[in-house]
Amino acid sequence: MPEIRVTPLGAGQDVGRSCILVSIAGKNVMLDCGMHMGFNDDRRFPDFSYITQNGRLTDFLDCVIISHFHLDHCGALPYFSEMVGYDGPIYMTHPTQAICPILLEDYRKIAVDKKGEANFFTSQMIKDCMKKVVAVHLHQTVQVHDELEIKAYYAGHVLGAAMFQIKVGSESVVYTGDYNMTPDRHLGAAWIDKCRPNLLITESTYATTIRDSKRCRERDFLKKVHETVERGGKVLIPVFALGRAQELCILLETFWERMNLKVPIYFSTGLTEKANHYYKLFIPWTNQKIRKTFVQRNMFEFKHIKAFDRAFADNPGPMVVFATPGMLHAGQSLQIFRKWAGNEKNMVIMPGYCVQGTVGHKILSGQRKLEMEGRQVLEVKMQVEYMSFSAHADAKGIMQLVGQAEPESVLLVHGEAKKMEFLKQKIEQELRVSCYMPANGETVTLPTSPSIPVGISLGLLKREMAQGLLPEAKKPRLLHGTLIMKDSNFRLVSSEQALKELGLAEHQLRFTCRVHLHDTRKEQETALRVYSHLKSVLKDHCVQHLPDGSVTVESVLLQAAAPSEDPGTKVLLVSWTYQDEELGSFLTSLLKKGLPQAPS
Amino acid sequence: YCLSGHPTLPCNVLKFKSTTIMLDCGLDMTSTLNFLPLPLVQSPRLSNLPGWSLKDGNAFLDKELKECSGHVFVDSVPEFCLPEVRLRRANNLSTVDVILISNYALYDALPIHTRHTGFTAQCMPRNHRPDRLLPSPLKDAVEVSTWRRCYTMQEVNSALSKIQLVGYSQKIELFGAVQVTPLSSGYALGSSNWIIQSHYEKVSYVSGSSLLTTHPQPMDQASLKNSDVLVLTGLTQIPTANPDGMVGEFCSNLALTVRNGGNVLVPCYPSGVIYDLLECLYQYIDSAGLSSVPLYFISPVANSSLEFSQIFAEWLCHNKQSKVYLPEPPFPHAELIQTNKLKHYPSIHGDFSNDFRQPCVVFTGHPSLRFGDVVHFMELWGKSSLNTVIFTEPDFSYLEALAPYQPLAMKCIYCPIDTRLNFIQVSKLLKEVQPLHVVCPEQYTQPPPAQSHRMDLMIDCQPPAMSYRRAEVLALPFKRRYEKIEIMPELADSLVPMEIKPGISLATVSAVLHTKDNKHLLQPPPRPAQPTSGKKRKRVSDDVPDCKVLKPLLSGSIPVEQFVQTLEKHGFSDIKVEDTAKGHIVLLQEAETLIQIEEDSTHIICDNDEMLRVRLRDLVLKFLQKF
Repeated sequence: MPEIRVTPLGAGQDVGRSCILVSIAGKNVMLDCGMHMGFNDDRRFPDFSYITQNGRLTDFLDCVIISHFHLDHCGALPYFSEMVGYDGPIYMTHPTQAICPILLEDYRKIAVDKKGEANFFTSQMIKDCMKKVVAVHLHQTVQVHDELEIKAYYAGHVLGAAMFQIKVGSESVVYTGDYNMTPDRHLGAAWIDKCRPNLLITESTYATTIRDSKRCRERDFLKKVHETVERGGKVLIPVFALGRAQELCILLETFWERMNLKVPIYFSTGLTEKANHYYKLFIPWTNQKIRKTFVQRNMFEFKHIKAFDRAFADNPGPMVVFATPGMLHAGQSLQIFRKWAGNEKNMVIMPGYCVQGTVGHKILSGQRKLEMEGRQVLEVKMQVEYMSFSAHADAKGIMQLVGQAEPESVLLVHGEAKKMEFLKQKIEQELRVSCYMPANGETVTLPTSPSIPVGISLGLLKREMAQGLLPEAKKPRLLHGTLIMKDSNFRLVSSEQALKELGLAEHQLRFTCRVHLHDTRKEQETALRVYSHLKSVLKDHCVQHLPDGSVTVESVLLQAAAPSEDPGTKVLLVSWTYQDEELGSFLTSLLKKGLPQAPS
Repeated sequence: YCLSGHPTLPCNVLKFKSTTIMLDCGLDMTSTLNFLPLPLVQSPRLSNLPGWSLKDGNAFLDKELKECSGHVFVDSVPEFCLPEVRLRRANNLSTVDVILISNYALYDALPIHTRHTGFTAQCMPRNHRPDRLLPSPLKDAVEVSTWRRCYTMQEVNSALSKIQLVGYSQKIELFGAVQVTPLSSGYALGSSNWIIQSHYEKVSYVSGSSLLTTHPQPMDQASLKNSDVLVLTGLTQIPTANPDGMVGEFCSNLALTVRNGGNVLVPCYPSGVIYDLLECLYQYIDSAGLSSVPLYFISPVANSSLEFSQIFAEWLCHNKQSKVYLPEPPFPHAELIQTNKLKHYPSIHGDFSNDFRQPCVVFTGHPSLRFGDVVHFMELWGKSSLNTVIFTEPDFSYLEALAPYQPLAMKCIYCPIDTRLNFIQVSKLLKEVQPLHVVCPEQYTQPPPAQSHRMDLMIDCQPPAMSYRRAEVLALPFKRRYEKIEIMPELADSLVPMEIKPGISLATVSAVLHTKDNKHLLQPPPRPAQPTSGKKRKRVSDDVPDCKVLKPLLSGSIPVEQFVQTLEKHGFSDIKVEDTAKGHIVLLQEAETLIQIEEDSTHIICDNDEMLRVRLRDLVLKFLQKF
């Protein structure tokens, strides 16, 4: 029985290190290859040894697909391809291909140079890994090889984020990666057509949240920022270099312009600045408004936002700083946080989701005393605000996408188990699609029943269609034909053609029955009586009286003959082929009952 | 069907599986050459041209016809030669389901089709570019010359709103019947070839392709393989010129003129080759010591054209793509603009007149020299022999383009740059792609009239290319024989295949055919309805069997001896076998039954004893195979 098997190596009932193994019709595809921000040991990467116990990955996997450039989706890629060893194709979109190596390099620097980790991937490995990447366009159908094809859809999570459809024959799986169903200030909304996949693998980060309108949240955000700088406080906004940073920059930029504010806004690293440049060059991936206006004014050329220097953190007076990374687990944002945490005038705004174990997660869950490295305890006096600007779909959005794609079943990943449970029930009840939520390493097997495509001869098809178009064809019609299976080539042809092609002669089987009738009249008259009798009984059939005195019903031939010995009896010869078996047999039994008395 | 007589501006209609597809709709503008230029300001020279009268004194056209240096011109709004109107009427274009556009130059006639025909289906140029940049040549013409009778801005917008954008290798289903796929053609940003295929047939449409590496993504040749038919249009218009050499000549002439203090005028379209020219100049001007010479690019869409070219990295060749990854703008004209070497203006009015510095190089349109800002520069610079006009667009004959400006003192250089396929490349391509048939415009099957001895300037392939000409209908030489149908797994399970020959198996299929959206599905037949027992049959006709239940065909032959043995086994006695010329007759004397057995037929003649007949029938069937 054909089946689809799905095993999450990461992101099963969890957020972080997305890595999902899919086997579909004998093809193996790995979706995403991420790292976990909450861990610093072996657990940060998916367990690739699970895939093949000792064989080579390249032999087992047909391709790897990366949905977008966030490290929890691509962070383990160089480790996987260079250190574990994989030489097959890696698919991602153009913006992802452009930005991914930069983030990887950044991540590597933090891990190796700052934390001094050994046995980590090198810059060269990142470069080698990126050489294996094949870039895809939106909606482009990429033929990985003869049977396996993939297609990217717009996902709207970050620049270049995509959903992927993986298709083998008539079986297909859609993997959403992370997506967003509501357009924001710089990206459009995710979209997919009614592709009716066998399985939809969707993220479920906000499985239980239904967010209020975007506008309210933005107003809220601006108000908080404004209030803090008014009273002379500093605002720290930890962000990831790409995505939220740009959206919030656009937001603050327009607000500053409108309110004519002079308080400085800074980007933390060169990375964000560079990222803005990518946005400028990949305008086609942004939303409609930016695309339309970019010729007059490129939205990513900011007037009020300047680059940040480490020394600025100690400057007196209010300021707003965007610093990376977004979960306060390392880097500049953490440094600034430590500096500013003690002052209650200051504020930190967490605009996105924080993985368990990070500083961001701790302060959001209300912890005010943090144990830092070297047993220092940091007391957090600054205000901590959480604003959901994450570009993930909320429960409503997930339901909406499931409705759009009309899958046979849904599989949830990239979310917390409890929340998933809730969403699972909701999907099963409201949409009546079966729903799964495997944990890491747990395999879900879905039997599929793919239709078998064969070639049908046009002659046969047209003949059938012509008959099928008749108005009285209420009952479904039966199509008869012969399936010729030659090697792996399947063709459906009419039986006559099949015989001809194989050089077989048709064998005609004919029956002739003698039916004795009592009738004293001449043969011709007998034939005429038979004719009118049959005509009255068989209204739906073609009954004909031929000039030579015989009668036909469809292709059954009836002939009247007079045996010499008995003038009172006529012999009716009924002759038909095997194909007319029912009709012929019916006629003989009908005639056996005799003819009705002729009206005189 | 062929609607256009111009091989470079094709407009063909393809009917395939009850889908009507229009391939490109280019507008042939060569007719404008018969008109006088439309100056922006009244030009005394043009208005003082002597009127031209027919020799017989019939002067009713006097006002419109003028003479200039022996040529006659029409002094009015230019009109264009539309794709064959006659055939359009005959064919009623409203039946066109979809229009496929290959590149930006080939959809100028789109508004005409959409306006005149109530065309409602979608059109599909292949990428983002036509949507935004491609309107630019149109807007150029329409805004600068609102007099154009051809179509209005409103019609342009309504036509554009029907456009659906597609990406390379995106498969688009048309009514479930055909699948169309655009492929990179390597000629211009976003230009494409199309594959139109059903499950068993494949038609490739190659239009305006280039094997040279310029800025766009290289041509995708592999996907063109295994085509039944390859339609070939849009080859180079100047097969004898080598684009690389022409670019060199362009640069050296430009440098020469500028050094001598003259101005250079380059009539061109606002997108396409200009990107390559600017890139060449970017490298050239520094080495030639001309970095102080200003470059002006004047077009209502100059800015958007330059900006758009920078953001379509995905449509560019590999080199340019990797630049974006750095991230750097893919085209060097960004740097030219930054360093103020290249300036662009929407028109000669406004800022341009303040910044204008001579000597300079001006890129502007339209290349026919009949409308657009170029008319002004021709009038302005035509009198000085220091200046040069360099023609790079091959669409118009430069001599004819210049005719109304005669006498002209300025130098004229003709460096046509046409990167589309030449005939040598075509034969190479055909060898590689191996289509079963090649279809092309008539012009390509014979050497050009001007160089009739150049036998190499025609398409040479086996089997010979099929040619078409304007307004001709050509039946494509393939017969559709198969169609895809899907068999439900339940049905497939119930099939019983028989191996007839080694490797070949047969199975009889009886199933219900469902057809929806041109997709066919075979479902298992419904279970036969339970016979309605208990109900008394009132009429004999109720009993009439449904003869539409087809019986399978039979095949094979019956070995007489075994048959007789079988009969005996089943309790028949008194069997007599007679040999005949063709076979045997088996007589069952007791039952007065006769069985004629021949190589491929069996005839059972019996009395009206249904039981017996059925028994015999089943015995015979045992020896035969059913299909």
